[in-house]
Amino acid sequence: MSEESHGHDESYYIKTWLLLVVLLIISVLGPELEIKIVTFVTAFGIAVVKAALVANRFMHLNIERKYITSLLITGIAAMLIFFFGVAPDVMRHSGTNWEHVSAQEWVEHGMAVGEASGGHHGEATHGDDGHGDEAGHGDEAEHGHDAEHGEGEAEATH
Amino acid sequence: MSRPIATTRSATGIPTGRLALWWIVFSEIVIFGGLLGSYIMHRIGHPEWAYDAIHTNTMAGAVNTFVLLTSSLMAVLAHQAAERGDGKRAAKFLYWTVLGAVAFLVIKGFEWHHEIVDLGYVLTTSGFWSFYYIAAGLHGVHVIGGAIIMLFVAHDAKKGKELQRVEYIGIYWHFVDLVWIFLFPLLYIAK
Repeated sequence: MSEESHGHDESYYIKTWLLLVVLLIISVLGPELEIKIVTFVTAFGIAVVKAALVANRFMHLNIERKYITSLLITGIAAMLIFFFGVAPDVMRHSGTNWEHVSAQEWVEHGMAVGEASGGHHGEATHGDDGHGDEAGHGDEAEHGHDAEHGEGEAEATH
Repeated sequence: MSRPIATTRSATGIPTGRLALWWIVFSEIVIFGGLLGSYIMHRIGHPEWAYDAIHTNTMAGAVNTFVLLTSSLMAVLAHQAAERGDGKRAAKFLYWTVLGAVAFLVIKGFEWHHEIVDLGYVLTTSGFWSFYYIAAGLHGVHVIGGAIIMLFVAHDAKKGKELQRVEYIGIYWHFVDLVWIFLFPLLYIAK
């Protein structure tokens, strides 16, 4: 048990919980407006606010020693270095003097299957019984990536 | 009776047990951060995943978020009771927290049953479903592990023993809640 007395009564924690629940409701209702920026802010912006509330008020990070905050920031920094180091090669499928052909085909095929099935990607490939067959279930058949991407399989999944 | 060294020694001004717990949280940030970072970059690079994402059940995810937030409240109230030396009350709140964990897993079980058995989406169906099952599954393993440890901590706390552990398991539990706070919009809201 920590030496510090956190000095909060139950109502402090219950109010924090209520605030978290209100934020949760907003994050669920926000995307219903179907405005991209509102969805982004209500879903991910609110997630950050909720995370800060839990970290500070429940984990008591705000009164924990600075050493711990620095430790956690180091972990987040490591994650960001990984993300920005790798993301350019993963998020994009072409650039100056390079092209990731199989990824492009994968996206094209996936979009075609999705649009053809009226936005129900799975139903087109899994069949009415909900379980699907071999051709419709596999990774290759559904996305047709790399060398296995072919017209025949694309036909079969429709 | 000798006390665990983690309880008695402090080289940094932080009890060693709590320090160890924060190091666990640090390592978990790297694990889940890497996983979620990979998901985000792939999701941006693969717009076709949106056709898979529409099948996740937003309401089930929202209810589970509510369950975890509530269980976090129970965990912090247990910590507060432990700080006041009231082991029995701390144990009671820990049992409520475990109940939250069970509720979370039951809802997840129904959700996965529908997705796997009724809809036929499995780990190998697509990149989206691979990330979905691995991220939610890894989180679920943390929920199970945390709940089991919490039962042991509650058992001791009820007898007034090792009350400092109530705070430690609480910190871990809040982190499990934190991970879900980010998993929820990534897997259920971003359609």
